[in-house]
Amino acid sequence: MKHETPLLDELEKGPWPSFVSDIKREAESRKANTNNVEFQIPVDVCEDILGLLELSFKDGTTHWKHGGIVGVFGYGGGVIGRYCDQPEQFPGVAHFHTMRVNQPAGKFYKTDYLRIICDLWEFRGSGLTNMHGSTGDIILIGTTTPQLEEIFYELTHKHNQDLGGSGSNLRTPSDCIGQARCEYACYDTQAICHTLTVEYQDELHRPAFPYKFKFKFDGCPNCCVASIARADLSFVGTWRDDIRIDQEAVAAYMGGELVPNGGAHSGRDWGAFDIQKEVIGLCPTQCMALVDGKLKINTKECTRCMHCINTMPRALRIGNDRGLSILAGAKAPILDGAQMGSLLVPFIKAEEPYDEIKEVIEGVWDWWMEEGKNRERLGELMKRQGFQKLLESTNITPTPQHIQEPRSNPYIFWKEEEVEGGWERDVNEYRKHHQR
Amino acid sequence: MPTVEFQGKSFSVDEDGFIDNYEDGKCDEWVQYVKKEEGIDELTDEHTKVIDILREYYEKNGIAPMVRVLSKLTGFKLKHIYELFPSGPGKGACKMAGLPKPTGCV
Repeated sequence: MKHETPLLDELEKGPWPSFVSDIKREAESRKANTNNVEFQIPVDVCEDILGLLELSFKDGTTHWKHGGIVGVFGYGGGVIGRYCDQPEQFPGVAHFHTMRVNQPAGKFYKTDYLRIICDLWEFRGSGLTNMHGSTGDIILIGTTTPQLEEIFYELTHKHNQDLGGSGSNLRTPSDCIGQARCEYACYDTQAICHTLTVEYQDELHRPAFPYKFKFKFDGCPNCCVASIARADLSFVGTWRDDIRIDQEAVAAYMGGELVPNGGAHSGRDWGAFDIQKEVIGLCPTQCMALVDGKLKINTKECTRCMHCINTMPRALRIGNDRGLSILAGAKAPILDGAQMGSLLVPFIKAEEPYDEIKEVIEGVWDWWMEEGKNRERLGELMKRQGFQKLLESTNITPTPQHIQEPRSNPYIFWKEEEVEGGWERDVNEYRKHHQR
Repeated sequence: MPTVEFQGKSFSVDEDGFIDNYEDGKCDEWVQYVKKEEGIDELTDEHTKVIDILREYYEKNGIAPMVRVLSKLTGFKLKHIYELFPSGPGKGACKMAGLPKPTGCV
């Protein structure tokens, strides 16, 4: 290797796959170049990235310069520019831009496709990736400015593949695996994720918003893509009829023939399955009971938390009248504190072409684009102007489900038209009845 | 910081080609230089209008306007701004107007 990396070498020890070993292997592979690739960026980029990282390990600080504005013509985002602050020592990473590539919903791939991406990236980039970024994109880590348009051309012209989002725009939507291989999925997360990604290409590629905006699609309240915490608009599948109960399978769980939670706790002896203790007693609304050996669920009181279904997946199934809930406003702490999504639409059908859902999205956008301050997330605008304003912008009638509890303070605003006589009052009229 | 020479003038710029000093960019040479870099064939009155409005806003407020404000002030839809400046209002128009580089999560 070009640089000594004693600190990083420590991270080759231990059982977990070592990113250091992997990068070293890529560095060796570039050096050997058995496929005779005409590398378009420095051959030793991987060695320099290790050298730079070792330096950061040594002095405990980053060695990337602030910011970086690069991109491809026609788009306002998709590439995160980055420059090293020690370019003489590590010329291989003087430019080290990251490209976001829009991933397929559910992240299912064929090796053919991945080979194409790898060949392109080996040729025009560092050969290093992140599979995947937290938002969902395939992340190609490390290339130079002149390669950006070249990579973009090949992606779009040869491989029918677009970039993902970055900047103050709609970021790349992502979803849980959904109906592809999960029996809990209440709607086709991949179909809606794909459809809305295509529908809102403009909003994704050309920043027009006050700040970033994310969609995530979860098939059920287990939230495998964590939409409720990581998306400005979270779409969480649910149903509104009865949980389907297979009493024979319930008996099989009670009899020990079927293991609870699909065997998730089999690493430890928790004793024999006790339906009373592990299901009925843990139901948050206490709406379940065993009557003559049969499991009964009072659907009206069920909040569809998934616990009983998660515990006895072979016996309990989601209802047949399915749709999703929309929650709004999740964000990380900056500026005014972390937020999770707040329930906006309790139930909406998720059927192509998703017109009703688009109506909600566009209502939210119209309001936020007009009222949102510079770099103000939707969640912050909701705090500043009030949840009521969000309901008005989306034409949703307030219902008790919109709150966890009613307000405890009495600072209640009324609209003038709601109050008899309005706000225009004459003090002289008041004085006629009340002496000073 | 690298320096670029163009039509007899020299400009101090960063890696992304943004000018270091706003006042230095208020000349035709700078605009002509960025035009070449940013994929713009011909400079029209509409380009000039966007640049003038960006400079006016920056001088008055000390920041670049939000995209929506730029659209309102110029009367150009975002789509049209991209037709004028293929890299968009940030990398294209702000660079050409000599404004500081956009920052934050980009």
